[in-house]
Amino acid sequence: MMDMLNALVALANFVIVPALAYGSQLALGALGVTMIYGILRFSNFAHGDTMAFGTMAVILFTWLFQSWGISFGPLPTALLALPFGIVICMALVLLTDRYVYAFYRAQKVKPVVLVIVSMGVMFVTNGLVRLIIGPDDQRFSDGERFLISARDFKEMTGLDEGLAIKTGQALTLVVAIIAVALLFWFLNRTRTGKSMRAYSDNEDLALLSGINPEKVVMVTWLIVATLATLAGTLYGLDKSFKPFTYFQLLLPFFAAAIVGGLGHPLGAIVGGFVIAFSEVTITYAWKKVLTYSVPESWAPDGLVQLLSTDYKFAVSFVILLVVLLFRPTGLFKGKSV
Amino acid sequence: MTLRDASLFALVAVLLVVTGMVQSWNLALQVLNMGLISAIMALGVNLQWGFAGLFNVGVMGFVALGGLAVALTAMPPVAEAWQAGGTGIVAAMITALVTIAAAVQVWRRRLPRRGWLVAAILVAGFMLYRYFFDPARDAIEDVNPALQGNLGGLGLPVLMAWPLGGVLAAGAAWLIGKTALGLRSDYLAIATLGIAEIILAVMKNEDWLARGVKNVIGIPSPLPSAIELQESAGFAAQFADPVTASTVTVKLGYALLFAAVLIVLLILMQLALRSPWGRMVRAIRDNEVAAEAMGKDVTRRHLQIFVLGSAICGLAGAMMTTLDGQLVPSTYQPLRFTFLIWVMVIVGGSGNNFGAVLGGMLIWFLWVQVEPVGQWLVGLLTSGLPEGAFRDHLLNSAAYMRLFTMGVLMLVVLRFSPRGLIPER
Repeated sequence: MMDMLNALVALANFVIVPALAYGSQLALGALGVTMIYGILRFSNFAHGDTMAFGTMAVILFTWLFQSWGISFGPLPTALLALPFGIVICMALVLLTDRYVYAFYRAQKVKPVVLVIVSMGVMFVTNGLVRLIIGPDDQRFSDGERFLISARDFKEMTGLDEGLAIKTGQALTLVVAIIAVALLFWFLNRTRTGKSMRAYSDNEDLALLSGINPEKVVMVTWLIVATLATLAGTLYGLDKSFKPFTYFQLLLPFFAAAIVGGLGHPLGAIVGGFVIAFSEVTITYAWKKVLTYSVPESWAPDGLVQLLSTDYKFAVSFVILLVVLLFRPTGLFKGKSV
Repeated sequence: MTLRDASLFALVAVLLVVTGMVQSWNLALQVLNMGLISAIMALGVNLQWGFAGLFNVGVMGFVALGGLAVALTAMPPVAEAWQAGGTGIVAAMITALVTIAAAVQVWRRRLPRRGWLVAAILVAGFMLYRYFFDPARDAIEDVNPALQGNLGGLGLPVLMAWPLGGVLAAGAAWLIGKTALGLRSDYLAIATLGIAEIILAVMKNEDWLARGVKNVIGIPSPLPSAIELQESAGFAAQFADPVTASTVTVKLGYALLFAAVLIVLLILMQLALRSPWGRMVRAIRDNEVAAEAMGKDVTRRHLQIFVLGSAICGLAGAMMTTLDGQLVPSTYQPLRFTFLIWVMVIVGGSGNNFGAVLGGMLIWFLWVQVEPVGQWLVGLLTSGLPEGAFRDHLLNSAAYMRLFTMGVLMLVVLRFSPRGLIPER
């Protein structure tokens, strides 16, 4: 019985908690990708760098607040800086839309041209981030590091295994739930949200009904900037901020969005968790959990790790490929145009 | 080629000559050599995107495979490692192949509950694979780990690696194409992006293959090295400054080799573009449905072009690793080896081979030169500022001007000259 509990706690500590946090971060990122796909109808390669830009703004404000001696008690100061970072990120995406994407939208170019344009935007944003904050790792979390530390948990329960929950992880889950709830309320209940969904479903019909496309596009960008900054900041608080890592997150984002069904917000969230849980379970060394949960004589000698952690991209990619081959519209019916 | 095109190429030549005179001839030739290689990569991407409209953003992966081919061809084999784990590795590879083949066969038979059957085969195959593979890998990596710890190569002449690099990349491209080419453009892009990351992950982690992040160094060179030239009595006596003369000579030799490859490829590509095959491919790109209705096999042509274009990228990757004399997997970055090549093709002019070559040379020149120019500019602009952390930060970050510049350049070209400097004709 004790062994079973220990196994459960070890599983929660090394698999469930990290995967929940990572899944929420992926879900927020994939939501941004999927919304751009749904409304603007292209795969935005610059999304990872938009995220890096927003996070960078948050970090700069965090440092400013720290230098003024402002802190947020046990919570990271970055939470206070978040609204300011979001506004800066919104300014960036609105500027790029105004000076880059609007031109091509007016010309009604093929989606693939927009993808190539987004590569250019990716270079510019990436360059800006590196120019301003540099390419190095930045840690900006402060306040309490743990909600529950492994030692406290052991003392509380008397188990051999500890369950540690980092503030960043708990925060990720809370913020993600609030953000997603607000987003769905907005999309389903407000006039603007409904017009966005209408525009996404059928552009011509929406235009005929008098929906202002420029407003829809603008609101989409604002939401995307918010989601990207949130995702980036939470990822940075949980792990650390590095421009190149953020660029690389593009792949799991797309995998999550496609697995869920491109253009489908709920799908993006489910996809995010599917990708996160598969990445963590496949790259986790199961030795500890197995040792607790099977009779002693069966205990494994090796690490029982299916793939080394460096192959986590391969996991999201294989899931992506399987979904594309067997269910091209994703788990939920997304767009397959 | 019109007068305008020729003058654009002349401009690149002038830029290189100015670099040679103002900075150094060594640098100018270095830029030229990498420019030639970049031009070949751009030709490969142009074949896929410009001719056939295939959206491949996994260029980095194929370039890296070309580099891997050099290490696997030119390095001497490590006999001890083969003895220690050769059989295990071979057995593991055979297991993997048999497993995948069996899974595909079972899936095609449309048996009842085939999903579970395939899953069972894959799981069993994976366990058997790990049973053979793990001890063999450990044994190999224990053989003289400071210098080798891998199976080594075939010990063939290094120039053989160039076509083999193409073949290796082509093989990978065939596998990818078979699975992913049916997807529409955005999905193909994401799929290739993922493949490139996976190829890199394999190269970084499979130490038994090519030492992973421990790098393969001392790859034999096809030309005599600068030091050998300096030591040969006849050479040193001819020049006042034998050190510079020898390095320049070696670089010139590489430039000639690369230029020869580029010219052959360019001629082949021009012939292909003008041939009925080229017209068909462009017809498929412009209207797939119509081409299919005319009886053209769209899927096969796409696969063919995907494989050929990737092979060209692999060839270029092999040439680059030969030039460097070492294989360093951590230097392969998507911005540099995938997206920069795309900038070259878009700026040069997709669908036009001369455009791709021009783009490759010009963008590479800018990529190298923006950094010193940016540093100089920032230095000039900040010269009024007091010494301190802020000024240092600005000076340090000037190096990242190049990403910014490339992005702006690409956006400007896309906006005002969307068909590139030398448009398709």
